[in-house]
Amino acid sequence: MSTGVHHGERARISGRTLREDRWWLSPLVTFVVFSAFVVYATWRAFSGEHYYASPYLSPFYSPCMGAQCVEGSADFGRPFSWFPYSPALIILVIPLGFRMTCYYYRKAYYRAFWLSPPACAVAEPHSKYTGERRFPLILQNGHRWALIASALIALVLTYDVILAFRNAEHEWGHMGLGTLVLLVNVVLIWLYTLSCHSCRHLIGGRLRHFSKHPVRYRAWTWVSRLNRDHPKYAWLSLFSVALADLYVYLLSTGAITDVRFF
Amino acid sequence: MAYDLKMRVWRGDSRGGDLTDYTVSVEEGEVVLDAIHRLQATQAGDLAVRWNCKAGKCGSCSAEINGRPRLMCMTRLADFHQAETITVTPMRTFPVIRDLVTDVSFNYEKAEQLPSFAPGPPDADGKRRMMQSDVERGQEFRKCIECFLCQDVCHVVRDHEENKPAFAGPRFFLRYAELDMHPLDTNDRRALAQGAAGLGMCNITKCCTEVCPENIKITDNAIIPMKERVVDRKYDPVVWLGSKIFRRDRREEV
Ligand code: SF4
Ligand code: SF4
Ligand code: FES
Ligand code: FES
Repeated sequence: MSTGVHHGERARISGRTLREDRWWLSPLVTFVVFSAFVVYATWRAFSGEHYYASPYLSPFYSPCMGAQCVEGSADFGRPFSWFPYSPALIILVIPLGFRMTCYYYRKAYYRAFWLSPPACAVAEPHSKYTGERRFPLILQNGHRWALIASALIALVLTYDVILAFRNAEHEWGHMGLGTLVLLVNVVLIWLYTLSCHSCRHLIGGRLRHFSKHPVRYRAWTWVSRLNRDHPKYAWLSLFSVALADLYVYLLSTGAITDVRFF
Repeated sequence: MAYDLKMRVWRGDSRGGDLTDYTVSVEEGEVVLDAIHRLQATQAGDLAVRWNCKAGKCGSCSAEINGRPRLMCMTRLADFHQAETITVTPMRTFPVIRDLVTDVSFNYEKAEQLPSFAPGPPDADGKRRMMQSDVERGQEFRKCIECFLCQDVCHVVRDHEENKPAFAGPRFFLRYAELDMHPLDTNDRRALAQGAAGLGMCNITKCCTEVCPENIKITDNAIIPMKERVVDRKYDPVVWLGSKIFRRDRREEV
């Protein structure tokens, strides 16, 4: 490697880094957790079963709009009734696209999966680097559209939580542990969605005169505060969505029974 | 309490060099720059080191300490075990001149390429006015001391010398963002930021933010907002249509 830190004019120091701390730990953890999530989500999305345990619908399958949707799960009808595969595949592209183009996830996977760079001041293994200027990475610039689509999905998930205040026979005024699981998940998803950098931009960041738009300025201040914890919400909502799905799966297979509060 | 500190310091110039071992007597409460100064005073009189304020304000003493880009004057010895060897090298992204001193002209060339503040005509009384909320926004960016540690750590140029002509670097994205958010500025630098300055090369991996001694949230508050502004200008048909129909945002593109 004659480019980069070993380029001719620079101080001649062998080794790609002189860091002695455990810089590899954080990308390694990211790699393992994200990979585990991808494996789990792929299995669950393609399986096409055990996603509905009345009254709970797994967030991976919401809204359920395909031909295969089981009785009681298709709250918005079946507009994709021509779609012969698992109904999760119709809808999952939206949250997937949202997270793939998320500024925080980009940082995390560029580091952990692409090693570009693996950690700060640790030389990356690639001999060429062009950043996000070309296809396909230039598509990252469409993050705001994924945000808007995902916000609609978050609305649907919120509606699911309301529906979860029913019992298995769809009578209102009940609540179980599953309701709580879905509720926590949807709160985290909203925190993740609203703390998004594109949201921060659209809500007020794009202005040049804060003083001329006091309401948007206030909203921007508020989103900015959430935005500081965006990475935390990215992780927490990733866990919560998988756990919510797992809970429904376990109920649906009969492995556990729901704890009913009232 | 004095103790003996083991140090490895890079000595050499553009023709070559090596890490050299030293043992330096230091006091508790000192910083790495103190140790370097004592080394220079007692053992290595010809050691080249750049510094000025010893207060983290001039941005001269940038170096890499145990492989991490840091200011020598702001790195406390107390952050390390007394038995630990502290390795100090020059910044590894810029051409070395001698020992710990590098040639940072790259950054000044990039500064020159950035069109400067272009305010519109003043108010009738000859003054220009800004509201406090608009002033506050850019204040964070003006804390920059131009230490160029962010430029040093950025993998776009650190790991790819060939990218230097096409990439201005985080310190200047900060400036682009500051100007683009400035209510009195009349230039539109968004296309320039994406084109000539290479904003699209940044993959927001945040190392610049990690090393900034002024704790400027370079990535979150400057680079990402600037990327979003570039999307407004170049990749968002809705914003484009809006700006055509309502004839908003009539800045002059530079
Ligand atoms: S966030 Fe962008 S500018 Fe900052 S170090 Fe990373 S690639 Fe460079
Ligand atoms: S932005 Fe921070 S790291 Fe970069 S030059 Fe300014 S003070 Fe130094
Ligand atoms: S969702 Fe992470 S930045 Fe938009
Ligand atoms: S000597 Fe001025 S910043 Fe360190």
